[in-house]
Amino acid sequence: MDKKHNQLLWAYRTMQTIRLFEERMHDVFTTGEVPGFVHLYAGQEACAAGVCANLTEVDYFHITHRAHGPAIARGADVTDVAREIYCRRDGMCRGRGGSTHLHDAARKIIGANSGVGSGAALACGSALAARHRGDGGIAAALIGEGGANQGVVSEAMNLAAIWKLPVLFIFENNGYAEATSADYAIAGGDLSARAPAFAMPGEIVDGSDYFAVADSVAAAAARARAGEGPCLIEVRNLRLYGHYEGDAQKYRPPGELEEYRRTKDCLINFRAHVLAEGSLTAGDMDVIDQQVAALIDAAYEAARTAPLPDPEELMQNIYATNC
Amino acid sequence: MTEKSYRNAIRETLFQEMARDPDIILIGEDMAGGAGAGGEEEDAWGGPMGVTKGLIGEYGKKRVLDTPISEAAFMGAAIGAAAAGLRPIAELMFNDFLGVCCDQIINQAAKYHYMYGGQDTIPLTIRTTMGAGLRISAQHSQSLHAIFTHFPGLKVALPSTAYDAKGLLTTAIRDNDPVIFCEHKLLYRLREDVPDGSYAIPFGEARVVMDGEDVTIVAFSRMVHVATEAAKALAKQGIKCTVIDPRTTVPLDTDTIFESVEETGRLVIVDEGGPRCGIASDIAAMTADTMFHALKAPVKCVTPPYVPIPAAPNLEDLYVPDAAKVMAAVLAIYRE
Repeated sequence: MDKKHNQLLWAYRTMQTIRLFEERMHDVFTTGEVPGFVHLYAGQEACAAGVCANLTEVDYFHITHRAHGPAIARGADVTDVAREIYCRRDGMCRGRGGSTHLHDAARKIIGANSGVGSGAALACGSALAARHRGDGGIAAALIGEGGANQGVVSEAMNLAAIWKLPVLFIFENNGYAEATSADYAIAGGDLSARAPAFAMPGEIVDGSDYFAVADSVAAAAARARAGEGPCLIEVRNLRLYGHYEGDAQKYRPPGELEEYRRTKDCLINFRAHVLAEGSLTAGDMDVIDQQVAALIDAAYEAARTAPLPDPEELMQNIYATNC
Repeated sequence: MTEKSYRNAIRETLFQEMARDPDIILIGEDMAGGAGAGGEEEDAWGGPMGVTKGLIGEYGKKRVLDTPISEAAFMGAAIGAAAAGLRPIAELMFNDFLGVCCDQIINQAAKYHYMYGGQDTIPLTIRTTMGAGLRISAQHSQSLHAIFTHFPGLKVALPSTAYDAKGLLTTAIRDNDPVIFCEHKLLYRLREDVPDGSYAIPFGEARVVMDGEDVTIVAFSRMVHVATEAAKALAKQGIKCTVIDPRTTVPLDTDTIFESVEETGRLVIVDEGGPRCGIASDIAAMTADTMFHALKAPVKCVTPPYVPIPAAPNLEDLYVPDAAKVMAAVLAIYRE
């Protein structure tokens, strides 16, 4: 009971933290104080949370350029994340990576990656290392449906399958690769249908349903830990904002987002689910809402006021061994 | 000390380093050869060049991993494994195949340490082959060390001798950064005395092959032998050349090059890479920038022409720099 209760509180807190973090980013980005460009994860929270609910500390989580939400779901310090997006000296990557390259080695949050699809190959390496050590670790790789069309992803799926590597290929289909729709770019329209070609199980999961994602990932993770090899899970959702902040999104059909917000908002659906089954109370979640709002305020304030990297940092950490 | 070929010096290093460190794995195509085929020999090939023969018998399938023809995936896996604590040695059969795993090498491996704020290291060695001369045309014969050199985060070694091959590979494997280790196809049979025990040659320390006060010749990989042949012939004409093999392009031992240019005032760079945006033009530019005061004549670059590599033996021989071309370049500036 306590364990399940705590798990639900964690899931709600995680998704709410991501939502408020991204909504705040959406607001502050227009002021011009955030360097570079940002890709928001709002609307997709149930995916990262559902995956991370099933990962332990020996597991690797490979994330994409849409990095803020997944990093937070895996337990990254929210202030660290905000400082990195603001390119600050004390950000998680010392201000060198920015929004699209969040990385937290201690938490095995690996390579937010602007080379979409590349994480699939890197995840094979994480899984190989875990197997070499024999610590039971697995690697879960988030890959957008756009990135899934990179050749390296098919190569990685084949490699993981022939080596029976403990890799979860989580194809997060949010409907659009930049401005190009999944309907246009994916032959047959079904990424999960690629799984049997690589001799692995595959299924489509409703990305607005935290419980559906978490259950699917739990089964895939158990299978991978048992040495039975990789799985593919296609998580279908929509992002609530553009590919990047500033994207006018004129490619969307009229009413698409309004409809999604009304019927498929993973936070609203989660709240309805737990209230209906009586597993959390409105009060439980209202408290979390207040705590998260304060956390987000503090994280953004800390990021905004933190110093940029010192000039000498430009030439540091190019090599690990003297060069 | 035993006489060994360049190929065997490399193989011996792999054996010794894998014995030393259980986290070293080999990953690549046909490292053993014959995977899943049911032939009598466990390693039917031992690598396309025979370099990795015997390793699977000693270290097993857990550490010698034959891959499908999927350079992007296995190079990415090697990088991921390196970040996760292993010390992989990946084999890119021909450096020309950089074309199919470029993102992994230049955007992942090279940038991982810096871009993520120094959190992780990538102790990865990528063994690859370079060089023309086997009549196998434009997609298997290039010398692409300048391309690798372009990307900060990578280190690049080009052994010209069996002794250097062993010492530089030892350093590459023990180094905590991604190292591109370029083996020249025509050097595999080269033989010389090589110590039986392990030794490491530091990166960024040039070898001075010959010493002379008239002209400085800098050359890499097989071109070191071409340059030395030219220098010996020139010595008979009374022209004394210093021949420098920097051994690595990253880091590059500019100190040794510049000290020699200070003495000779004349520089010829011999390289099998292309003439545009290449190592030769790079060193020429650095020398002009830093050592203009010492130069008595224009810097000369001896490289192949700006053209893909042909298969026809007579055309390929025209393509690759030879001693006559090096001698002509030296004579052209020596007379100035």
